Amino acid sequence: MLTKRIIPCLDVKDGQVVKGVKFKNHKVVGSILDLAKKYSDEGADELVFYDISASTNNTMVSKKWIEEIAKNINIPFCVAGGIISIESARLILNSGADKISINTPAIENPILINELAKAFGSQCVTVGIDSMQHNDQYIVYSKTGSVKTSFNTKILTKDWIMKVQELGAGEIVLNCMNQDGVKRGFDIKQLNYMSDVINVPLIASGGAGKEKDFYNVLTNPKISGALAASVFHNNEIQMTDLKNFLKQNNIRIR
Amino acid sequence: MKIGIVDCGGANLNSIYYSLNRLGIDAVISSSKKELEKTDGLILPGVGSAGVVMNYLNSKKLDNFIFNTNKMTLGICIGMHILFDHSEENNTQCLGIISGQIKKFISPDLSIPQMGWNHIEGLNDYKDLSNYYYFANSFYSDNTSRAFGYSKYINKFTSIVQKDNYIGCQFHPEKSSLAGENFLKYFISQI
Repeated sequence: MLTKRIIPCLDVKDGQVVKGVKFKNHKVVGSILDLAKKYSDEGADELVFYDISASTNNTMVSKKWIEEIAKNINIPFCVAGGIISIESARLILNSGADKISINTPAIENPILINELAKAFGSQCVTVGIDSMQHNDQYIVYSKTGSVKTSFNTKILTKDWIMKVQELGAGEIVLNCMNQDGVKRGFDIKQLNYMSDVINVPLIASGGAGKEKDFYNVLTNPKISGALAASVFHNNEIQMTDLKNFLKQNNIRIR
Repeated sequence: MKIGIVDCGGANLNSIYYSLNRLGIDAVISSSKKELEKTDGLILPGVGSAGVVMNYLNSKKLDNFIFNTNKMTLGICIGMHILFDHSEENNTQCLGIISGQIKKFISPDLSIPQMGWNHIEGLNDYKDLSNYYYFANSFYSDNTSRAFGYSKYINKFTSIVQKDNYIGCQFHPEKSSLAGENFLKYFISQI
């Protein structure tokens, strides 16, 4: 049977890997290629690159570093940021990415999800959703790459999940914003709440702080993988230790 | 040695090209029969859909070329599917090199496509290659007569097939880390 995926996320800004807390105050943590190779060699199941400069400045991600990643690593990777059309997606996929992930452009033009799925197949099309809890509701946020542009779309997260699936999304990464970068564990409550409408692989994102957090989220059968950034970048969790811990606790892990 | 990566009209042909480069193997991506003739082995890469790939191969007159070749040929994912008689994907007539149908996964609760790392139990020459590999597929084969590797997702399915000089793999060796590299090395060793 399929194993659960552990996915380091690399936020890319101006050609370097950065990490912010709650989507702001970005600090440089290293070179894209060095970190990508390190995680791939250590047993990461997949990598995600979010080009945060591309999505907030309305520019396309540069093709060059994608090609370098494709030449040097032998696991699947997904690129997000600034993908607004079939052409921009094609450029990224032809540069060697296995998947593209769209977030803000999907909110602004939902039919793009359908066009991408038709052109490249659903397995290439991930939709990223930034979701924030307001009182008793979960709401989709847009343009979260910078605190200045981030805004409440007033769309309920659960409604949006159902819509993107209908349109052909092959995978959903749910970033639970209340938890992002604060290391208090994944937002199990929100993820469980969304689970009943999920029929594509769901990747949990936001809040990983310790090994046990991964265990807690991956026991949900609807969750295919867990994504995290700073715990890996800061060497707080080692990939091999994490995978051994999960295996010992009967989570299916490669 | 030179491997011909058959341009089947899909995106992302470079991944397999890069993976061969990492193994120090020379390769060329081409849809020209003349150019592919000059290579020592062929790879049918695994992107797109069965209908699109077959239409493209037909338009380039590569269908007969692949059917008749004596070169060792590796079909990856869709590239494996088109080796069979028929695929349910776009109701596509395929090359008919290996008998059988490609079917769609159906499940009320497991997500489709299958996406991620799954285990393969290899048989015969493939026994030592039993390992985890990366899959991304909605369609599968349940051929048993030519199966040399099995996996399970929703149902048991064929993850490695071989007939004569044709090998098919349902997973993506170019994205399957060291296990995938070993699989490609095995294919190359057969040339």
